[in-house]
Amino acid sequence: MQSQATYNYKVVRQFAVMTVIWGIVGMLVGVIIAAQLVWPELNVVEWLSYGRLRPLHTNAVIFAFGGCALFATSYYSVQRTSHATLFAPGLAAFTFWGWQLIIVLAALSLPLGFTSGKEYAELEWPIDILITVVWVSYAVVFFGTLMKRKTPHIYVSNWFFGGFILTVAVLHLVNSAEIPVFAEGMLTPKSYSAYAGVQDAMVQWWYGHNAVGFFLTAGFLGMMYYFVPKQAGRPVYSYRLSVVHFWALVFTYMWAGPHHLHYTALPDWTQSLGMIFSLILLAPSWGGMINGIMTLSGAWHKLRDDPILKFMITSLSFYGMSTFEGPMMSIKTVNALSHYTDWTVGHVHSGALGWVAMIAIGCTYYIIPRVFGKTEMHSTSLINVHFWLATLGTVLYIAALWISGVMQGLMWRATNVDGTLTYSFVESVKASYPFWTIRVVGGTLFLTGMLIMAYNMFMTMAGGRAVNDAPVLEPAHAH
Amino acid sequence: MDFKNTSDFVSGFWNFWVIGVSLASIVGCGVFLLIQDKAKTSAGNTTGHVWDETLQEYSNPLPNWWRWMFYITVIFGLVYVVLYPGLGNMAGTFGWTMRGQYEDEMKKAEEQYAPKFNQFLKMDIVAVAANPEAKEMGQRLFLTYCAQCHGSDAGGTASFPNLKDGDWLWGGAPDKIKETIVAGRTGVMTPKGTKPDMDGEQVKDVVHYVRSLSGLSSDSIRAQRGKDLYPQACAACHGPDGKGNADAGYPNLTDKVWLYSSQEASMMETVTKGRTNQMPAFGEFLGPAKVHLLTAYVWGLGGGVKAEAKPAAAAAAPEGMSGMAGTEGMAADKK
Repeated sequence: MQSQATYNYKVVRQFAVMTVIWGIVGMLVGVIIAAQLVWPELNVVEWLSYGRLRPLHTNAVIFAFGGCALFATSYYSVQRTSHATLFAPGLAAFTFWGWQLIIVLAALSLPLGFTSGKEYAELEWPIDILITVVWVSYAVVFFGTLMKRKTPHIYVSNWFFGGFILTVAVLHLVNSAEIPVFAEGMLTPKSYSAYAGVQDAMVQWWYGHNAVGFFLTAGFLGMMYYFVPKQAGRPVYSYRLSVVHFWALVFTYMWAGPHHLHYTALPDWTQSLGMIFSLILLAPSWGGMINGIMTLSGAWHKLRDDPILKFMITSLSFYGMSTFEGPMMSIKTVNALSHYTDWTVGHVHSGALGWVAMIAIGCTYYIIPRVFGKTEMHSTSLINVHFWLATLGTVLYIAALWISGVMQGLMWRATNVDGTLTYSFVESVKASYPFWTIRVVGGTLFLTGMLIMAYNMFMTMAGGRAVNDAPVLEPAHAH
Repeated sequence: MDFKNTSDFVSGFWNFWVIGVSLASIVGCGVFLLIQDKAKTSAGNTTGHVWDETLQEYSNPLPNWWRWMFYITVIFGLVYVVLYPGLGNMAGTFGWTMRGQYEDEMKKAEEQYAPKFNQFLKMDIVAVAANPEAKEMGQRLFLTYCAQCHGSDAGGTASFPNLKDGDWLWGGAPDKIKETIVAGRTGVMTPKGTKPDMDGEQVKDVVHYVRSLSGLSSDSIRAQRGKDLYPQACAACHGPDGKGNADAGYPNLTDKVWLYSSQEASMMETVTKGRTNQMPAFGEFLGPAKVHLLTAYVWGLGGGVKAEAKPAAAAAAPEGMSGMAGTEGMAADKK
């Protein structure tokens, strides 16, 4: 049949390389703002002040680093599991250049102070429109490829990638509904949200929590389902578990947003539902962890000398830990202590560094040699060094912020015998400094690992070639 | 407002809609699990599908502990919406509300702590200021409510008055301090005082004259010219002799206390652009007992003025704070 059909590795290669580059950029900005908290004098000019750089950090790591990783891995795996080359290659190329343009525009507009003020959706409306166009193109390429598949069944990783692509489109469109205007001419876009008051807050956190749930969880579970069984060389642990946890996860995540608004103007019933579904979410989340980790049963010895697998399994452990922590923090009583403290930030990073970054790094190490005509990365021992730097950095980061978070919560609620506050706010800030310093150290270790990855990647590229002739495989017949 | 009898919904329909969708969703999670759990599995065997050469799936059943964890969270959810508000307008059987929890806690705190504060309410400010326990409580209140602006040592900073230097913009007697805390103060210096047509040179002349009043370095020729402008531009508020008026918050220009800075540039800015300073009102928020304790604490910091004492020129107050306009007194005779 189609004698010389080849997989489209070009766009995969482009996204994989940019994953590493944007990872370094995003994490560097993270280290800078962490340092600015410890040494406020580092806020030198307004464009590089904490308030401007913080959204740049979150956008860069989520959408630039995480986004490129999702594009690279989904384009790679959807082709291989469909036994077909990418649908609409021109559109696929457009998603790459379009996404890079969005990232560059974000990197310019956020430091300049353009923001719609919505967390994780700060980019102003012209960029929002561009995101929509690129995202619809992504959906066309992905689902188009899936429709071309030569297998009767759709592999589980594609359910997760598909769910992620569809839902992020809905989230982006609903949350970004706004009245677009120009403040002073074409170069000064600004916008007014279509929602007001507590409804605006609810839409924002419906979006915000599902950005975590779909962009950073469902999408990355898609990665996990392709690359973990591949790297481990073992079948996925349970098909039934993947069915149950997929549908339960995508359904339940939709409800969890209100736990970001406990003890606010949000009605009691809404808060309760947010908390209940966050607790129900525990089992569906852990379904993914179990399926990933148990896939290794019978092949545990591979962990000893395969640092890529170490990245993947450690990421699943952090995934399990933070998806346990999340439901616990959604309980109102716990939330009353944890909300507004560093605990939240620590929780996010246990997911972001431990789960999202580590699984993305593991998958990128898997892809790079394959799209550059090598059997393995330039140096396996450097992957190992990267693994330990990343693990140590993550542990330092989250442990420091757990301690400072709980400490802040306890200090804020401590009262004297006469009911007055034991500590003024600034005392809790002062007490946080040692932990913020540890965070800088943890973040720097993680960033150093990424630099080593970049070196390893460029050395692999230097000795390799751009693979554009990998033939599309015929599907195997079941044994 | 009685929040217990309001609804979040514009019509009864939405109430039932929320109840229906919420219940169906919670129960639906459990039913879905139940149905899926009945599907055939075959431990240790794969489903028979293969993708990309090697990708397969085992047909293992759901882990038992995981299945039960899932069921328990669903049951917990159902129990929770019975006990707590979660289904539209339906109150939980516990009668709990977020607002109710707040009110209960505040009531409990009031019962527990109010006597501790109220015991000082009948005492004279001077006597309260001398009481060590009251002083400790006053300091805690100060650190929570006042320190953000006036500093934890009450020493103030530019535009926020020093409370312990014996110089008061609005008077340092107990009743005056209390008035400041209860109702707040707004101090306004209009741009170029009462002579808005002054040009830059004239502003500079006035500034030099004002500097000469408190012995700051000044150009004597400019000061002389400024002296002629002063009655028209400044005297209406700061008085013909520059000693201000604590009843209206007009600062004394003849002492060595400057709210902003005694630098010429800062004084030029003050006269050119004017200044507006605000101390928020705390009376309603803190209540009389806490205000009483805070008054005594601030009065006792070292700058308090006896109730009957007459304001006089400030003595050797340290250089730096107080000045053109602001929230607090001039004219103190302590120290």
